[in-house]
Amino acid sequence: MKKFKFLEHTADVKFQAFGKSLEEAFGNSAIALKQIMTKGIEKDVKGKISKKIKITGDDLEGLLYNFLEEFLYLLDAENFLLSEIDCIKIKNNKLEAELSGDKARNYKFTNDVKAVTYNEMFVKHAKGKWIVQVVLDV
Amino acid sequence: MKLKKLSENIYEIPKEGKMNVLGRVYASEKILDAIKQDKTLEQVKNVACLPGILNASIALADAHQGYGFSIGGVAAFDMGKGVISPGGVGYDINCSVRLLRTNLSKKDILENKKKVVEALYRKIPSGVGRGSKFQLTRQELNKVLERGAKYIVEKGYGMEEDYLHMEEEGCLKGADASKVSERAIKRGIGQLGTLGAGNHFLEVQYVDEIFDMKIAKAFGLKKDQVTIMIHCGSRVLGHQVASDYIKKMEEKYGFKDLPDRELINAPIKSQLGKDYYSAMAAAVNFAFANKQLITHWIREEMEILFPKIKIDVVYDVCHNIAKFEKHFVEGEMKEICVHRKGATRSFGPGRTEVPKAYRDVGQPVLIPGSMGTASYVLVGTKKAEELTWGSTVHGAGRVSSRSKALKTLRGEEVKKRLSEKGIEIKAGSWKSLAEEAPEVYKDIDEVVRVVDELGISKKVARLKPLAVMKG
Repeated sequence: MKKFKFLEHTADVKFQAFGKSLEEAFGNSAIALKQIMTKGIEKDVKGKISKKIKITGDDLEGLLYNFLEEFLYLLDAENFLLSEIDCIKIKNNKLEAELSGDKARNYKFTNDVKAVTYNEMFVKHAKGKWIVQVVLDV
Repeated sequence: MKLKKLSENIYEIPKEGKMNVLGRVYASEKILDAIKQDKTLEQVKNVACLPGILNASIALADAHQGYGFSIGGVAAFDMGKGVISPGGVGYDINCSVRLLRTNLSKKDILENKKKVVEALYRKIPSGVGRGSKFQLTRQELNKVLERGAKYIVEKGYGMEEDYLHMEEEGCLKGADASKVSERAIKRGIGQLGTLGAGNHFLEVQYVDEIFDMKIAKAFGLKKDQVTIMIHCGSRVLGHQVASDYIKKMEEKYGFKDLPDRELINAPIKSQLGKDYYSAMAAAVNFAFANKQLITHWIREEMEILFPKIKIDVVYDVCHNIAKFEKHFVEGEMKEICVHRKGATRSFGPGRTEVPKAYRDVGQPVLIPGSMGTASYVLVGTKKAEELTWGSTVHGAGRVSSRSKALKTLRGEEVKKRLSEKGIEIKAGSWKSLAEEAPEVYKDIDEVVRVVDELGISKKVARLKPLAVMKG
């Protein structure tokens, strides 16, 4: 199964991420976001620092929005750039994840992503797999 | 989609279903064909369904699909029955354009283009990894949020004339730093004085053609004069304010009845509506202050290269904003809430909001082209006050998606083609070059021709790029 794919959108970046489980689809959406944020250096990011995050949302879309927004926050406020998602659990619209990553200042890139949006966002289960769709404001 | 041609460049989407008002599109046939390619018109209809919207949901000639509201959109709301919506302002609050004029002429700079762009690139950080060298305490940041460019000037970074020549004199009233979340502060505090990436840029240009001598003179512009354009906004602080209030409004009002979740809103007079306005105004002021610092650094750097240089602010216009303004509503002058998302205010002569220096002719309207194409200076008009709540376009507007651009264009080629046109460019990455290539935008000349013909702003001068710096 493909982890994620990018779709056409006039001004912004639209993608879908997939997974056998909801957790896998969420995890892949974070990796898709990282690829847009780092523009091609995403594979170079080392997993030197570990971090735990806890996210809540009113529904699955809200949870996805808050989950992805956390990576923008971590980058700007803590200079943390994601490498991998080591572990992710979702239950009752609560998410806990263990991340590894590195200080962003160790890499040369410019983040274009301004915000996660609710535009055309969905989280759904179809034909035995989970699909999430996100439009990023860039 | 039903679309009725009313007259040249004016189209109407008739009222149907839940629409409270009709939709109106100000575009030529050619532009309309491009606009029809995405969901812009559907979004214009959705906005027409919001409570308290006045007259029409408007899309201008540079319109393209946004989230909730389209980009290139204008919507005004009744202060009593109406709403304020973070999606109607956009995530990049006060994404805006400032134009500086210099006493240099094109020939002074032709030989030094590379030196100029490299010096500016070194001096002005673009964002991540190159955070601002301007360190602020929390209290200082609060002052930036509440007092904008004026505070930065008082700290010694500029002069009084700078903020007097800005929309709102560089400080939107009603800002309250306490309405900005801790999260937004933490993300934004290190970014004052950074350009950012995406479509943001800094460009050294020259005046290529003057269309209206009298008004160009009032704006201090003449042929072959070197100008500098800065395009950036409130950086992540503004983005976080938008996200925070979208969430708060969802919690309070729910989104089940909305055709699009991004249309979430609050009554203007509600506590949450007032809080959003105060936080948005704080982000607006951050953006004004941001460009003031960048202006100061441009002056410092250019003075090293050209010791006799003098740099003045022509004007600074907001593109993503909601404001309380007085307009004629059914023949009566009333205060209303005008949302401009990817649109520029275009006030004509006489309005007290226009700086004294320009009040006899109307406000300068600054329209950046895409990278490597011309930009325009126009003047605001009474006609805009009649047709579009005193608004006009903000740029060329996209036609092609970024992912498509990356598939078909290479940054190296874009750079080569620009340098063949005599434009020096310095960018953070090849990818960002391809994504902003002129091919992904509508034809700026056509967009400007349409607004000039409509009379919602009139052409004053055309600026052509000499050197471009991108994040």
